[in-house]
Amino acid sequence: MNKPKIAVHKFSSCDGCQLAIFNLGESLLILSQLVEITHFAEAGALDEEATVDIAIVEGSVSTSEDVARLQKIRDNSNYLMTVGACATSGGIQALRNMANTGQWIAEIYANPAVIDSLDNSTAIKNHVKVDLELWGCPISQRQLLMAIRALLFGVMPVEEHDKVCMECKRQQTVCVMVTKNEACMGPVTRTGCGALCPRVGRDCYGCYGPAENVNTQAMANRLQGLGLVNDEVARRFLFINSGADQFYLQGQRWKT
Amino acid sequence: MFFKTDQLQHLLDNLQAKGYTCIGPQVRHETIIYDEMTSVEQLPQGINDLQQPGSYSLNATNGSKYFDWANGPQAIKPLLFLPKEKLWSSAQDADGKISFSAVKHEAKKLAIIGVRACDIAALKIHDSHFLQQSFIDPYYQARRQDLLIIAVNCSRPADTCFCYSTGDGPFVPSLLKQGADIVLTELQDGFLVTAQTEQGENILSELALQESTAEQRAESERIKSNASKQNRQLPKLDIKSRLFEELNNEAWHNIAEKCLSCGNCTSVCPTCFCHSENEVPELDGKSSSHYREWDSCFGQGHSYIHGITIRSDTSQRYRQWLTHKFSSWVDQYGRSGCVGCGRCITWCPVAIDVTESVAQIVEKHHD
Repeated sequence: MNKPKIAVHKFSSCDGCQLAIFNLGESLLILSQLVEITHFAEAGALDEEATVDIAIVEGSVSTSEDVARLQKIRDNSNYLMTVGACATSGGIQALRNMANTGQWIAEIYANPAVIDSLDNSTAIKNHVKVDLELWGCPISQRQLLMAIRALLFGVMPVEEHDKVCMECKRQQTVCVMVTKNEACMGPVTRTGCGALCPRVGRDCYGCYGPAENVNTQAMANRLQGLGLVNDEVARRFLFINSGADQFYLQGQRWKT
Repeated sequence: MFFKTDQLQHLLDNLQAKGYTCIGPQVRHETIIYDEMTSVEQLPQGINDLQQPGSYSLNATNGSKYFDWANGPQAIKPLLFLPKEKLWSSAQDADGKISFSAVKHEAKKLAIIGVRACDIAALKIHDSHFLQQSFIDPYYQARRQDLLIIAVNCSRPADTCFCYSTGDGPFVPSLLKQGADIVLTELQDGFLVTAQTEQGENILSELALQESTAEQRAESERIKSNASKQNRQLPKLDIKSRLFEELNNEAWHNIAEKCLSCGNCTSVCPTCFCHSENEVPELDGKSSSHYREWDSCFGQGHSYIHGITIRSDTSQRYRQWLTHKFSSWVDQYGRSGCVGCGRCITWCPVAIDVTESVAQIVEKHHD
């Protein structure tokens, strides 16, 4: 019996989400028995143009050649799943969308002419149809395996889009905002990480992007109430997921 | 009756000798949480809590009392109704045959020390929900059946408390059935004590008890009277009917402008019991576990039915929470679902005050 085929493609990213796949341990061995991994450059498999059942895409679209390559991946795959903040919202490199990219390149590189870079770093969904998205910087291995497992069963995975607060409470983590006045983004951030940061007593910085039904205005007002100046409020939203609409719009409102 | 402070450790020792795991309040993560304990030294001695809408902090006092604070984010709820729990599992054999197996309901014998009147009231509500409806919840029941509760009357309610107004505190009512086993009132040098069950009487019989003096009883009355003076209260109106009459009140939208719809209020509420169930398959696809976990009416999943989210915006979700808690709850369980513990006020990240919300809506009522 032919095993379903999976490819892992990289665009502009730090490779952290690919490492999350690489670092699955025993699960990776089980996975390799269930599917054929045709392309995963970081792990050695190279067949970029193979037709696959699931294309896992990491990274944002950042150069002109990315666009054509991405279109080919879409054409060659049945399901396309983005993994991580870069692929899903443009990533931290989308901060340049709010700056003058040409000027930055001129200031930083000795020979700017050799740099091929689009003005904006954009999410995969801005260019091709995306079937499912895994948020996070990096992604959660649990969510990745659940998603692949669901697709292998022939169903779409259940989306987790509650706020991080719900996960904090399920884990009996004490609220760092209420007890320590931390500028925690948990109330507007999508769960999935297992409340990783609040669990060690620090604030959530929103790396899983916006949850469903977020009230970023009330969140921003609260951050201001905690003593953050306007620019600091803006930076809470304009960080790893500045390309996500709700975070972008609220961030812009507070930017000075 | 009365026992001196030094008897408290004997009480813990006796409970452990009888096979109980003792759970009690302890200072942790800038608040007071209930966890396993073996020594009175783990109790929050000389500690006050300062609670305000959206804010909680602890202060050291010069006092020696162990229970001179109001409450922390949780008490009994997560011990009986677990935040996440495996209910059953399924497996497929080589022939494709599927078998189901139940999770065994094994539970430690717990003795919870330092439970407040509001949480006893909440426990009774959960008993009625999990044990006294058409279907008994075996998971809750297994943890509930051997539970021993040693309540401590409140001497110092927080700014956010309003149990006097709901009729649930600050003292545990003296004739409760299926509530506390033992009720303590902390005085300067010891505890006034009463047993409310036979089990409680047995445990007390092993302590060095003295007859209480008229002076001690008077001190207890003073504590009760002081603790009944609370800053917050619910409107003295027919909240149940009026909330239902005000479904289209614009105040729901005003509250929603501030509300993060994060579910913190429902998670810390000692009576909220909503949960979701989900399936977690093993990667090889041959077996799967079925879990339930705390859910909230502030999440989308709560009103998602077959492709449609019935309550898509926050005003509808807040209205669902409040009208259930204060109105339809009465039809279901014979009383309001609010016990006045004030947790939803303290632990709301944006300081929404439920007593204000109720007042805003029911007092706008036009007769």
